[in-house]
Amino acid sequence: MKRKPNRIASQLKAGRVAANGLIDRRVFLQRGAATGLALAGGIASGYAANIGDNAKPWQKTIGAPMSAGGSPSRFAQEKLKRGVLQPYGEIAPGSGASMTPIHELHGTITPNGLHFERHHNGVPDIDPAQHKLTIHGLVKRPLVFDMEALMRYPMVNRICFIECSGNSFFNTFAKPRPLPAGMIHGLVSCTEWTGIPLSVLLDEAGVDAKAKWILAEGADAATMGRSIPLSKALDDVIVALYQNGEPVRPEQGYPVRLVIPGFEGNTSIKWLHRIKVTDRPLHARDETSHYTDLLPDGKAEQFTFVMGVKSVITRPSGGMTIWRDGFYEISGLAWSGASKIRRVEVSADGGKTWGDAYLHGPILDKSLTRFSMAWHWNGEPVQLQSRATDEKGRVQMTHGQWMAKYGAGQRYHYNAMQTWAVNEHGEVSNAYL
Amino acid sequence: MRIFESATLLLLIVLNANYAIADEPRLGRPATAEEIAVIDISIPPSGKGLPAGSGNAVAGEDVYAQKCASCHAVDGTGKPADKLVGGIGSLDSAKPVKTVGSFWPYATTLFDYIRRSMPLNAPMTLTDDETYAVTAYVLFLNDIVSKEQSVNAKSLPRVRMPNRNGFVDMSGVR
Repeated sequence: MKRKPNRIASQLKAGRVAANGLIDRRVFLQRGAATGLALAGGIASGYAANIGDNAKPWQKTIGAPMSAGGSPSRFAQEKLKRGVLQPYGEIAPGSGASMTPIHELHGTITPNGLHFERHHNGVPDIDPAQHKLTIHGLVKRPLVFDMEALMRYPMVNRICFIECSGNSFFNTFAKPRPLPAGMIHGLVSCTEWTGIPLSVLLDEAGVDAKAKWILAEGADAATMGRSIPLSKALDDVIVALYQNGEPVRPEQGYPVRLVIPGFEGNTSIKWLHRIKVTDRPLHARDETSHYTDLLPDGKAEQFTFVMGVKSVITRPSGGMTIWRDGFYEISGLAWSGASKIRRVEVSADGGKTWGDAYLHGPILDKSLTRFSMAWHWNGEPVQLQSRATDEKGRVQMTHGQWMAKYGAGQRYHYNAMQTWAVNEHGEVSNAYL
Repeated sequence: MRIFESATLLLLIVLNANYAIADEPRLGRPATAEEIAVIDISIPPSGKGLPAGSGNAVAGEDVYAQKCASCHAVDGTGKPADKLVGGIGSLDSAKPVKTVGSFWPYATTLFDYIRRSMPLNAPMTLTDDETYAVTAYVLFLNDIVSKEQSVNAKSLPRVRMPNRNGFVDMSGVR
């Protein structure tokens, strides 16, 4: 059902930033100030007190007592779940991923229990008393650190995203899958990590002048290892012990993991137990056979560490239904593995016209940034898109441009613009443009 | 002489004291050669670190049948797990098939990966000889080595993989 547009037509016209109802949010902020005054007047003139039969049941009985731990409301729990992908089924139950439901969340920090997972052979149950980190190879003093020693180092905090290089792989398939945003793009999460700069531990071991790479290796049942350029290892890499204030969770690498801001997620080795300083990369299976990017000519790009500039509208997004025409806040996330986000544009006409979205601070380096755009839906079919630009000037491609860049079957580093098609019933679904 | 030694000693103590305070915390303890040998399982393309022992595809066929075939199929064609065989020459086609034979640039990676991660339900249970033998068998299935060829610390790094030059190093691009 549609409302007559007459009353708001002039406002829409005044605040228009792009076609199909995209509006400057300041139109609404100005209106908000006036509404606040009106409400204050209403309260002063006196509504009936909310007592007796008018009170809600939860106002008339003692609430639940304090508890040693918390969880989301039972009314909210159903949707606050990771989407689990187990591609090999029961023969390899620990090989797969679970995805952050980004379409159910707001802000930019991912709750610990909803941080995406990617395991190559399950989550190890590590006793910290038996866990050690060894640094060896091209160093003057090969060293062993037990957890007690690591806990004594001065620590730093760093907010950054971690994104699996396979994030959004569903959108590399020939036809758009009818999935929610979290199942398509939920292999990204953003966390305040606390730990020791890796450079401090490497300095203690004394890195040899010939060294150019490190191998970082985990103590899981895949003994997952990745080669990382020494220049990055000495830059902003953290040996992380805490995740949003609590000890790193088992599925995130307890008792200790690497966090490599901006690099593809699998380099942030979980359950870290060994760092070997080397002159060349190892060429491990997961940096040759997997996590390389096939080009149309049959060559494959290797060591493509930095995650591209990217954005996705999380609300409204796939699987949602917007129930009538009128005002909506379009909201989403943008990020880049190379820098801060400089700009996000939103289109409601499939990319023909664009308006600048509002970027909600803090806008942090290699972190998720929240953007929003005010929108008045006129009830007709539209195509919503967002397009991010980072501080290095990199801009998202269209789906078609991205597909043409790579060889067939490429599943990593998908960072093209997401299109959400809204039909005349308000149903939102994944689309390619 | 004695005075000089004492003075030197005193100087060293003073320097050491300053050194310790400025550089704290230095809480790593020295790693012994034995400790490192036990965990240093990574094998780069040079083959440095490959253990003693050997195996060929004849021996590998048995190990593969017992430990690998249930996931990778008897002939290495995969399903449910990754396909190991075939696809050579397909990488620039509309249906590229990435296998050990068609895609992997280094044979040493096969030994490294099998030893650290396979079989998936019991990693790190193969002996070094078994690992060499299975490595030999997968290479044999791809027509890269003969069935009798001994795969060992000397021969493995010399195995030339078909897609050796198929990769573009992007590590300098940030």
